[in-house]
Amino acid sequence: MTDTPEILLPEDKPLEIAGRIYQSRLLVGTGKYRDLAETGRAIEASGAEIVTVAVRRTNLGQNPDEPNLLDVISPDSFTILPNTAGCYTAKDAVRTCKLARELLDGRDLVKLEVLGEHKTLYPNMPETLAAAEALIKDGFKVMVYCSDDPLLATILEEMGCIAVMPLGAPIGSGLGIQNRYNIRLIVENAKVPVLVDAGVGTASDATIAMELGCDGVLMNTAIAQARNPIKMANAMRLAIDAGREAYLAGRMPKKLYASASSPLDGTFF
Amino acid sequence: MQVQVNGEAKVLTKGATVSSLLEEMALTGKRLAVEVNEDIVPRSQHVEFTLNDGDRVEVVHAIGGG
Repeated sequence: MTDTPEILLPEDKPLEIAGRIYQSRLLVGTGKYRDLAETGRAIEASGAEIVTVAVRRTNLGQNPDEPNLLDVISPDSFTILPNTAGCYTAKDAVRTCKLARELLDGRDLVKLEVLGEHKTLYPNMPETLAAAEALIKDGFKVMVYCSDDPLLATILEEMGCIAVMPLGAPIGSGLGIQNRYNIRLIVENAKVPVLVDAGVGTASDATIAMELGCDGVLMNTAIAQARNPIKMANAMRLAIDAGREAYLAGRMPKKLYASASSPLDGTFF
Repeated sequence: MQVQVNGEAKVLTKGATVSSLLEEMALTGKRLAVEVNEDIVPRSQHVEFTLNDGDRVEVVHAIGGG
């Protein structure tokens, strides 16, 4: 009996975050748009169901009638994912999450990010770990922005983070996924969803993340700063789907030399 | 008495509450969250939560971000 190699295709598990199933694997931010109308149109074109927001001081006495972001992106229609962007310490991040939970009527899903320094916005992992521990203890469901270190990703998962979100490249850089090997290792080890968060510049970057087996991609600048954000939002939606399908299909192996696509039998010359 | 609201000094009459402060700032009914001296004041407590001289109040809302 000859052994035929078993074809192992990845299982098509739906994206589940905090007990909810999502159809879209594209998560989008709401920063850097021209105005709220453009934000709304881009999010609609992206098909995203999970949308990130930042928490900031209310501008006192200025334009009290100005529309609120959450009027355009209603928490009834979208899963609002408040972030801790701008936080450089665990303490500030925890404080921000508590304010966000109050703001969102007790919803406890948060995107934790604790930054290290201004130039790269690279995550400060010791502070991130400290904040994650405090937040999980307080009942938050933590999706964590982290470095693309496979060991740290496992540690965060074991602590109880509900999703790990390694960067593909620095926030807002648009450089694409710089260490595919690490992202792949994180995906292989993880039992919680892995989402590339930050670094995507264009549609092919999102496809690559999905081809590597990521469960989703979170992006903001790549859409908001495209010359036509609405068109790019649609491109990203398609790119995510294409990458996911390719991952599930199982790509052909890479070979060094050519292999003819047309049969050699039956040639008449 | 004087309190700090989002980092700015503000003079309030004695007995002012979180609720009366928000009303004075035309923020009643807006979707926001309030913190006094780094502790959350839940929406349900805004009416009875009395502010004291020197309190540091933060009023925040959601804005665009990634």
